[in-house]
Order: sequence, then C-alpha cells, then structure tokens
Amino acid sequence: MILFERVSKRYPNGREALTNVSFRIESGEMVFLTGRSGAGKSTVLKLVALLERPTRGTVTVNDKNTGRLKAGHIPAFRRQLGVVFQDHKLLADRPVFDNVALPLVVAGTALKEIDKRVRAALDQVGLLGKERILPAELSVGEQQRVGIARAVVSKPPLIIADEPTGNLDPELSLEVMRLFRRFSDVGVTVLVATHDQHIVRELAKREIVLASGEVQGEGPDAMPHVVARR
Amino acid sequence: MSPAIFGTRHLQALLGSLGRLQRNALATALTLLVIGLALALPAALGLFVTNAQSATGGFGHAIDMSVYLKADVPLAKAQQLAAAARQRAGVAQVTVIPADEGLEEFRKYSGFGAALDALKSNPLPDVLHVVPRRGASSAADVESLRRYFTAWPEVDVVQLDTEWVLRFNAILAVLRRLVLIAAALLGAGVLAVVGNTIRLEILNRRAEIEVTKLVGGSNAFVRRPFLYTGLLYGLGGAVLAWAILEAAVLVLDQPVATLAQLYGSSYALQGPTGQVLAALFGGGMVLGWLGAWISAHRHLRSIEPRA
Repeated sequence: MILFERVSKRYPNGREALTNVSFRIESGEMVFLTGRSGAGKSTVLKLVALLERPTRGTVTVNDKNTGRLKAGHIPAFRRQLGVVFQDHKLLADRPVFDNVALPLVVAGTALKEIDKRVRAALDQVGLLGKERILPAELSVGEQQRVGIARAVVSKPPLIIADEPTGNLDPELSLEVMRLFRRFSDVGVTVLVATHDQHIVRELAKREIVLASGEVQGEGPDAMPHVVARR
Repeated sequence: MSPAIFGTRHLQALLGSLGRLQRNALATALTLLVIGLALALPAALGLFVTNAQSATGGFGHAIDMSVYLKADVPLAKAQQLAAAARQRAGVAQVTVIPADEGLEEFRKYSGFGAALDALKSNPLPDVLHVVPRRGASSAADVESLRRYFTAWPEVDVVQLDTEWVLRFNAILAVLRRLVLIAAALLGAGVLAVVGNTIRLEILNRRAEIEVTKLVGGSNAFVRRPFLYTGLLYGLGGAVLAWAILEAAVLVLDQPVATLAQLYGSSYALQGPTGQVLAALFGGGMVLGWLGAWISAHRHLRSIEPRA
C-alpha cells in the first residue's frame, strides 16, 4: 500500500529532512510514525499525500509511483487518500455537513449519495445531528472528529493523519485513535504520525521510529526508552 | 460523470457564486457599477451615432436640387422633362415651378415686391425642384443626379449643396471609429476590473482552495466558481449599462423631439436596438468570463496545499 525505497528529501532551503528512508506498509495495516518533532514525520506524510515529491528514491502509494505522477493526475490520486491534520483544516464559514461533503462534491458524487454518505461518516465519528453547525461552535475534539469524518467520507483505501491528537487531552486522544483503529479493522490502511507514546503503547500497533530523518527502528521493541519505561 | 451530475456541479458553482456576490452586496454593487459604466459609455456613443444616422435619413428630404431651365424653354417642355426625370431611379419627387409661380413666391417672401412691379417681364425661368430618394442621397448619388440634369440642353444651371452632406458623413465616420476605440479601451478596463476582483477573491479564499485541492479538487473544479463569478459580473454590468442607456434615452427624448420639430422633422430618439443589446450582453459576459479566466489561470496555479 505504501512503499518507501531509499527515499531522501532535501527542501529548497537545503535542509535534508529524510535520508535513505525505506519501509513498507501493507494494505489494511495500522502503523504509527513516531519521533521527535523535526525527525521527518511530516515530510513522510507530505510525500505520501503528494504535497512534496522525493529528491531521491521512490515513493509508491496505492500502486502509483508518486515521483512520476503527472500534475493532471494528482487530484484523482488524492481522492484515493484521506488526510487528517492536527489543525484539522476545516472551512470556518461552512457548516459541518459542507465540510464533510467536500471530497464527495469534488469527486462529482450524486447529491442523494452525498447526503447518505455524509450522515454515515458523521455517525461513525459520533457527530450525527450536528450537520448544520459551524465548526467554530464545536469543541476542539469535535472539530478533529469532523476532520476525520471528512477524511473517511469517500471511503478511501488509505488514511494518513498528522498529529491528529496534538490538541486533545489524553482521554479524547485515545477516543480518536480508537476511531482510527476501527477503520483499520475494516481493511483501511492507516498511517498516523504522533509523538504521543502513551497512545502508541495503548493501541499496540506497529511503529516506525524516525530520528533525524532516518528510520531508527520498527516496532515498540526497537525503541529503547519505551522498553525502559515499561 | 453523468450529464446530470455535470449539470448539477455547474449549477452548484453558479449558485455558490451568486450567494457569495449577494453576501458581499456593497463590494459587488461597486464592481458592477464600474463595469456597467464601462459598458454603457461605448454603447451610448454607438447609440448616438446610430441616431444621428437615422436622423440624417430624415434629412434626406432636405437634400434637394433646383434645376433652372433656360429662359426660352416653354412650360410644356418643362413638364415633359419633369415626367422623364420622375422615371429615373433615385428620384423621389420632381415638382415643376412655373416662372409665374416662382415670381409670385419671390414677391411674397423676398420683400422686393415693389421693385418687381417695375419689371416689364418675368426674369425668372421655369424651375424643376428635385428631391432624391431616401436611400440615394449620398454625396456620389446626388452628384450623379446633378450630372444627369446638366447633360440636358434645356438646363441652364443645377444648384445644390452637397458639401454639408459630405462633412456630416465624415463626422459620423470619425465618431464610429471613436466608438470602436472607446469599446476596445473600456473592454480592456472591464477585463482588468474583473481580473483584479477575482484575484482578490482568490487570495481571500486561499485556505478553502488549498483544502479543496487537498481532497482531490482539480484545477477546473477550483476555477469554476470564479469563472461563474466573472460571468455574473459581466451579465450584471450589462444589465446596469442597459438601464443607464434607457434612462439616458428617457431624459433626452423630449429635448430631441423639440430639436427635431424645429428642423421640421418628426424624428423621435431611438433606444438601444436588439442588436446593440445583444452586443452589450454578449460582450459583457465574454469580458467577465475572460477576465476571471485570466486571473484564475494566473493565481490558482500558485496555490498548492501545504500540510
């Protein structure tokens, strides 16, 4: 589903964010991407979402080599992908329904179908009945869940999330992560970047640890400090 | 994508643009006013030229010539010549003014009555008063008619004044060019106004555009509402320009009728024709759409999502 082969990324300002990174995430897997801030987690997600292209190496997502994808094919590529952000990137002037419906509207889904799917997605994140509310009237946790509903509404085979619990208290964080686990249980591939070790331990999923732009290890066992704390 | 969904998406974009314009009513009104004025100006100038042209169609009857026959030509011959002239294409009317009648008229209007009484015989010849047909009153037509009469041996002098017709037509030609120049300049102005307005809106909606692209919105999808906005600006500007033209016609109607009356004409000011309106609306909408397209093409490319 996601394949990084000796991927390096150097930004125009000369900073090398990733060096020789290789890993593979199978279809239906849920994987945590951890590491300190600046370790390259966001860069990995940007390469997956085709917000950036690799400087060296190849990134393959949904069987597509992102380095070779033409600009005209990027929109279709992104429709196969649900993205959740720490700042959730909701449109403040549109009600919850319109925010969640956006990926479907963009894809040209019929109105009746949009209505059905948006309700289903809001139901999944526990926000059914809040369709007409503006995001600002919701709590931070609810806003994050609207962002998740938007990411899953078009039933993409792959969901990536960048620090989705960054602004949430531990209890809400766990709730959001369980939501992701539920999607992975039904066969969706989920890649979550987080620095929240508590959550990683709690969900007991595979972990890819980045440090200074390199893969330091995989799985909870590969993290000495985590093992030490146990 | 089925045609129904395609239509729905366009309708959504159109309604979305309408709603957005309505929410920013004041800014929209100001932009529409600028576009409306820019469209109304060349249209009004065009209307003026059209009216001037139609009015001179009325002046066609004022273009006439007096054909003075030689003194020894008998009245019967004059009648015969008039009948022949009436057969000629391009001649609307030929009136024979017999020498006696001419003298009578002269006595009445010139104020030289007493002096004329002193004359033993009538010094005036018979005269043919010729009025060209409406469609044949151009300078060249009138000149060819003059030559036709001069060629007759019975004709002494043909008197006419075509100089003013030539001058008037030349003025109209200059004005017609002016209309073109004004239309081109103000059309470019409309492009710039719409383009800049759309540019500002794109910058205002940057976050929304980024998110839309992030969830897989194509450039065409992102561009569509802006193109509809441009089209609506053009349409609204054209409606406003039409209203301005009709108002101007309404205000000018009475004075123009009075002026025409003073010239012995019943000419009434003509409002914009279907052709003018079609040009106004077609031009407005094309310019609005084009301005939006240029702006969207330039500025949307630079907005790419960043995480």
